[in-house]
Amino acid sequence: MSSPTSTPGGCKRGRNTNPATPSSEGPTSPPSQRRRGQDSSTGDLMPMPTSPATDILSPAAPQDTSLFSSPRPSVQPNEVDMSSPLMYGTPSSRVEGTPRSGVRGTPARQRPDLGSVRKAPQVDLHSEPPSTDGAVASESNAGQRLVIWGTDVNVATCKEKFQRFLQRFIDPTSNEDENAGLDLNEPLYMQKLEEVVYLSVLNSAVVILLYIFCKIFFPQEVIPTFDMAVNELFFERFPDSILEFQIQVRPYNALKTRNMRSLNPEDIDQLITISGMVIRTSQLIPEMQEAFFQCQVCAYSTRVEVDRGRIAEPAVCRHCNTTHSLALVHNRSVFSDKQMVKIQESPEDMPAGQTPHTTIVYAHNDLVDKVQPGDRINITGIYRAVPMRVSPIQSNVKSVYKTHIDAIHFRKTDEKRLHGVDDDADQKLFTEDRVQTLKELAAKPDVYERLSSALAPSIYEHEDIKKGILLQLFGGSRKDFTQTGRGNFRAEVNILLCGDPGTSKSQLLQYVFNLVPRGQYTSGKGSSAVGLTAYVMKDPETRQLVLQTGALVLSDNGICCIDEFDKMSDSTRSVLHEVMEQQTLSIAKAGIICQLNARTAVLAAANPIESQWNPKKTTIENIQLPHTLLSRFDLIFLMLDPQDEAYDRRLAHHLVSLYYQSEEQMEEEFLDMAVLRDYIAYARTYINPRLSEEASQALIEAYVDMRKIGSGRGMVSAYPRQLESLIRLAEAHAKVRFSEKVETIDVEEAKRLHREALKQSATDPRTGFVDIAILTTGMSATARKRKEEAAQALKKLIQAKGKTPAMKYHQLLDDLRGQSETAITKELFDEALRALADEDYLTVTGKTVRLLA
Amino acid sequence: MFAASQSDPNSGWEAKAVEFFKDHLKEKDAPTSVPSLNDVPLHYLKPNSLVKFRCLIQDMFDPEFYMGVYETVDPATKAKVLRCGKYKDVTECGVSRVDFNSRNTVTAERQTFYCVPIPGENPWVKEISSLSRVVPSTSYAPTRQKRSYEEDDEMDDMDTQPQKQREPHPGMTQNVGHGNGDCKRQETEAPSSQTASTSHLDLNFPLPGEKGPSCLVKVYENWDNFKLNDTLEVYGILSVSPALSALADEKDASSSIMDPTESMETAEEQRVHCPPASLVPRLHMLHARPVSHNNPLLPSATLEDNSAFLSSTLSEMASVRAELLTYFTHILLGDALAAEYLILHLISNVYSRRDVLPLGKFTLNLSGCPTASYTERLYQIIQQLVPSSYYLGMSLQNMNQMRLVPKKDYVANRLASGVLQLARHTSLFLDEIQLEQGQLDTTGVRNVTALGNLITWQKVDYDFNYHQMEFPCNINVLIVSEGRSLLPSDCQIHLQSQVTPANMEEYLSSIHMHTQTSSQLNKFRIYLSVARLLDYNISDEMTKSVEDDFVDMRKDDPQSVSAEDLHRMLVVARLLSLSLGQTSLSRDSWLRAKHIDMLRRSRMEQHKCVNGNEP
Repeated sequence: MSSPTSTPGGCKRGRNTNPATPSSEGPTSPPSQRRRGQDSSTGDLMPMPTSPATDILSPAAPQDTSLFSSPRPSVQPNEVDMSSPLMYGTPSSRVEGTPRSGVRGTPARQRPDLGSVRKAPQVDLHSEPPSTDGAVASESNAGQRLVIWGTDVNVATCKEKFQRFLQRFIDPTSNEDENAGLDLNEPLYMQKLEEVVYLSVLNSAVVILLYIFCKIFFPQEVIPTFDMAVNELFFERFPDSILEFQIQVRPYNALKTRNMRSLNPEDIDQLITISGMVIRTSQLIPEMQEAFFQCQVCAYSTRVEVDRGRIAEPAVCRHCNTTHSLALVHNRSVFSDKQMVKIQESPEDMPAGQTPHTTIVYAHNDLVDKVQPGDRINITGIYRAVPMRVSPIQSNVKSVYKTHIDAIHFRKTDEKRLHGVDDDADQKLFTEDRVQTLKELAAKPDVYERLSSALAPSIYEHEDIKKGILLQLFGGSRKDFTQTGRGNFRAEVNILLCGDPGTSKSQLLQYVFNLVPRGQYTSGKGSSAVGLTAYVMKDPETRQLVLQTGALVLSDNGICCIDEFDKMSDSTRSVLHEVMEQQTLSIAKAGIICQLNARTAVLAAANPIESQWNPKKTTIENIQLPHTLLSRFDLIFLMLDPQDEAYDRRLAHHLVSLYYQSEEQMEEEFLDMAVLRDYIAYARTYINPRLSEEASQALIEAYVDMRKIGSGRGMVSAYPRQLESLIRLAEAHAKVRFSEKVETIDVEEAKRLHREALKQSATDPRTGFVDIAILTTGMSATARKRKEEAAQALKKLIQAKGKTPAMKYHQLLDDLRGQSETAITKELFDEALRALADEDYLTVTGKTVRLLA
Repeated sequence: MFAASQSDPNSGWEAKAVEFFKDHLKEKDAPTSVPSLNDVPLHYLKPNSLVKFRCLIQDMFDPEFYMGVYETVDPATKAKVLRCGKYKDVTECGVSRVDFNSRNTVTAERQTFYCVPIPGENPWVKEISSLSRVVPSTSYAPTRQKRSYEEDDEMDDMDTQPQKQREPHPGMTQNVGHGNGDCKRQETEAPSSQTASTSHLDLNFPLPGEKGPSCLVKVYENWDNFKLNDTLEVYGILSVSPALSALADEKDASSSIMDPTESMETAEEQRVHCPPASLVPRLHMLHARPVSHNNPLLPSATLEDNSAFLSSTLSEMASVRAELLTYFTHILLGDALAAEYLILHLISNVYSRRDVLPLGKFTLNLSGCPTASYTERLYQIIQQLVPSSYYLGMSLQNMNQMRLVPKKDYVANRLASGVLQLARHTSLFLDEIQLEQGQLDTTGVRNVTALGNLITWQKVDYDFNYHQMEFPCNINVLIVSEGRSLLPSDCQIHLQSQVTPANMEEYLSSIHMHTQTSSQLNKFRIYLSVARLLDYNISDEMTKSVEDDFVDMRKDDPQSVSAEDLHRMLVVARLLSLSLGQTSLSRDSWLRAKHIDMLRRSRMEQHKCVNGNEP
């Protein structure tokens, strides 16, 4: 396809057949095909009908009984047994001069994707009676009973049904973005055909994409029949238009999207859809379609069609009867594009402990260069197997087939990855049963507790932390204010865990990383800013600059787990500022300037600076992280040893049982990890809760309450950021319940959790009050007050001393200590000095303090 | 059996044949009478005979479709003959040709695994197992000759008895008979090292400097049950058809003209997937037995099946342990506590996983080792005791240049192996004394991270370029270092030398001299392997008392014991019980575990005080 506009993306959503449309009988499986299946019980199993690699090998001997479904005209007439059904004129005559039922001036476009068998239906087009096998042979003269050779698919019926389908089909589930400008109540494909008329002026080829519902048997034969049907229909309706090429039908989404691993010999020559990741693409390979020969003696030219990679060179010139005088003229031969694409199983489809499988795909013509290595694609095509030959001379054949897929259609699954919103919507499909179980689970009143206890069952207690992480997994609703110029609001919840070493923080991180599909795990110690963001690399093959994404970008729409957060270098940490609030990542490197989405939730773990948590210090002092970064975390949890006997006992029991209980016993107690994963995936895709009226009121009250707590003591205990956190948490909690509305209970839980986290992390160790200022400014309000008091006391002291321009530092400290009734630490004294220096009252040089006034 | 297969190719003779082999291999001595690819050079083995191969699945190739049943046609007589393609690489036609269009053709699927000998297998294992091997010796020649005549006859019969399945038949004769090899060739040719010619072909061994045959194993059923890095003993039919090598050679010349599709596989891929059969033989699997240990001194059957052996070893366990402890104490410069921990380390085993948490691993960091030459000697001694091990000197150069983590090579479409692709129960000896100051580059950092992951989670993230894949492993890691290691470890013990520095040189050289008698060594080897394989449980009362103990300890000083410590003590108690041959935790073992852990910790405190700087 030379231009995307020519693809009237006839994609219809809808997984079930619509009884109102003829789709069930129409385009896909004419009943006659099933009959064939009965005729020869091994019919579907019939292997390798397509291509014995050579003509020489396949004997011209008795073949009448063979069910070789690709009739292949033998190119050397003298070898052909006249009784064989392979005899229908020379190949070249068909391509050129065949009047194609009213397709005037439109040359038949060969479809390399369907392989050599593209000729089969054309055989039927000839009005000469094709000899067919068995049952229909006697009636074959009728002309109406043309069947595809080797099958009893009746071409006429098949075509007729498909045309009827095209004329009547109304997409029941169409969505408007895809079929913009089309009347949804009119038959879809007829409108597409109308489009074709206009588009045909611009484009060289036209493709109709067909979303199929049923299994197509014999795709190689049936799809060209569809092609013919469409073209006939088109010229019936628009007799005046001329298309440069014929319209092609491209079915996609074959009934069962398969896993690469489940392909087996039964799928050979069937239409299949599999998903995978592109790992390699080859150079473009020109494949000869038609060879041009010219006689050296009389300049008579002739064309020979390439058949399965072989050209049958004409031995005798038909014009002058000279033998071996014909020479191939390369630049007058016809070539088509071909490309080898290697795809590999996507990591999600793989059973544990095995390596991924790969499959070779051949892309033809306009599908060439449609995919790049690294793309995740769904590919529809025909599965092929070709025998491998040991050598052309030896008759021994390696008893192994080479398999590949001839691509008919590619669909990228992560097309909109970097700029769309919820692109996973139609990727992860759940079975009805699964949805039912999930909904049942969601209806249980204690679903929230159940899920949180299912999270990392090997880690003991820490209920609130698990609940927090659970809410993080679900995330808030995405809000878009781009129209009003405010940009996106963050929907992801960020959590920081800090606490003593050995309180299984890393284990919790590992668990989360293993749970979510798009998780990344890095350690602060080992990762650089580049590893987190993106770097530019030169591709060794193409010499192009390629942007390689780092952990944060890779975990877009997922969770980025960062262990040893405190050990990260400052420059690395500064990258996180943008990611954690704006959810984007700006890069300016090697001439590439771009902004990537990094809508990732951050789950970080940090150790206290003194290796043991000091309860006498604030969070900031304990972990030594900049408060600008800390305030970006919605929840900060402390994981500490509670140090009480009952807890110890339960912990001991938990650990010991971990070591001796068998696997099954553990399984019974908790929800399966797979269920949890599906539950989260379902909620993230389908549930998008909005705030209800009461909930907003409750949120406002909660926020006002939080502000009030502090105002009594002259300090601020909540900022708008905290309100946003509350909203996110409430939304996430509603998602857990599968509720489309955020209600008061959600707000209650959000408040409780937020308060718990605050109680742990933002409590001022000196006063015992919760003080949000610790997190937002890095210093508690009381600490600031004490600093001011100290500074005032110091100033008074100096003034009392009278005119002494310079003082000893130590003496001053001792004097102040003697005078003050509260303990003055050295740090406090330093801070007081600094405060006075800021006032330009004094300067400190080394160990002496000088007055400036 | 074959008569049935003649009439109907789907009659299940295949299942019967496999059943037949399985039955025979269950018999007591049957497995030992099959020649092993590990010990017998390839050119001594007869093609299409039954062989066994002890190996590790290094890579899994794509499944392939082959002609399960096909028909050949003789161009002269037009006689059609049905043949079976199972357990074969190349079709057999003689003068006739394969009829691709036959309606009788059945396509079947099989999977190919790339297998290498178990990496790091120590010389003594090879030695002992080759002692019991079936040597194609001259004494067997008469019987073999006779059989070969029979086979020749059969070959002549081939045309008249077309359906006769050749491949199981010679296999069966091997099964009842003995190893073989072409007698004439055997006498004239000197046994040459077959690896000499492999230099141009990278056989993809995980460890550098490995030798031995690698093998393409074709699996016909249940291939989903096999996992990467599984160790197996494969019984199968050896195929070294020269036609396979011809395939590789003639490809370049002919295929490009013949079929453009075939030339599109890169040369590298071709080389990897179809190496010459003389270097990488094909093995068509009939039966595979998972190898739970590769210690040839133990019976190959599981311990439960061999209660006589088990009870005899169990009764000796305590005494052997005492001897081993004395031996280790001597080696570890007279440090009995470190010796005790070394024993525990050597019998540790990841016996289960909870979520992501591996249970039972016991990585030991032996700090305070005197010199580099000492660590090398220590490794040599460990090498003598465990079936497979690997010494990794953590020098800067090694860390920056070695490929530790296996990486998918998309050009050749294979998994390029790395040092960390090891079979389970392999002892990995990390020598940190080799590490000097300097800069780690990107590879170095990645390698150190990989080692850290291996120790903490017992998993290796294989590099698949576009994504990583996690493969669980079960490797005993022993780190020797001067101070505390930069890698994490479950347990650190500082070596306290009882030897004065003045005598150190002398002492070290005496360690080397002090070799044990082989019967003593064998006792130790059996002991270590058995202790690792024992089952273990904790009774309810013990659970209770452990819990009580923990609570009490916390009561006195909450800082002293953390959950981490309990984890470790539970593992130590488990290993301690197993090392004494007890399969359940006793009060004594628990107290002893507590005691030695206390001793170790107090030593660490002491050491901290001496050094003055915190680690």
